[in-house]
Amino acid sequence: MRIRYFAWLKQRVGVAEEELDLPAEVTTVGGLKAWLGTRHPRFAEACAAKGVVRAAVDQEFADDDRPLAGAREVAFFPPVTGG
Amino acid sequence: MTVRVVEAPFDPAAELATFARGRSDVGAVASFTGLVRDEHGGERILAMALEHYPGMTERQLARIEAEARARWPLLDVLVIHRVGRMLPGEPIVLVATASAHRAAALEACAFLIDWLKTKAPFWKLEETSSGARWVEARASDDEAAARWERR
Repeated sequence: MRIRYFAWLKQRVGVAEEELDLPAEVTTVGGLKAWLGTRHPRFAEACAAKGVVRAAVDQEFADDDRPLAGAREVAFFPPVTGG
Repeated sequence: MTVRVVEAPFDPAAELATFARGRSDVGAVASFTGLVRDEHGGERILAMALEHYPGMTERQLARIEAEARARWPLLDVLVIHRVGRMLPGEPIVLVATASAHRAAALEACAFLIDWLKTKAPFWKLEETSSGARWVEARASDDEAAARWERR
């Protein structure tokens, strides 16, 4: 699965994207966050702050309980600040 | 309908000059232009860099536009959002709406920019004399977007 990071989350993690094989027990956005946190301590730190890390599954906003079955791309980013 | 994400500077006046031109059913055109300011929180802004999520950005903008068209009788819509590095005074975003009457054009224009600010994946990085910093999301933007949520 392709994992992408944006804005300051990308700088914290140190990569813009990575291609990862998820363990079978990782089935939701929330589970993926926790697993990625074990690989990237600074990602875990960001996730510990409530509401700071948002997610999108295949370019659609997604909550932590969103299943990952069939997903090709998951992105993590801070709250948006455009306009 | 037009939604554009652009890297080069654009001219809102030139865009508006051609928007809904030649149509005799349009009685009202409303527009909003967002510009880069040279100050934020008492600090001088030297430049602004806009990052976005290519693909998702266009999808979200198209979805927001479709929502506006479902709510108001719009005859035309234009959304242009710049990405990349820009300087104070330069336009970041232009939203324009055309309708037969002013209420639909004005309300839809306000709706589009309020939802764009909270639902389109853009992130602002400000360059100041003391370094670069990511702009934090504002609760007031969430409140502005929430007033359009259907109850």
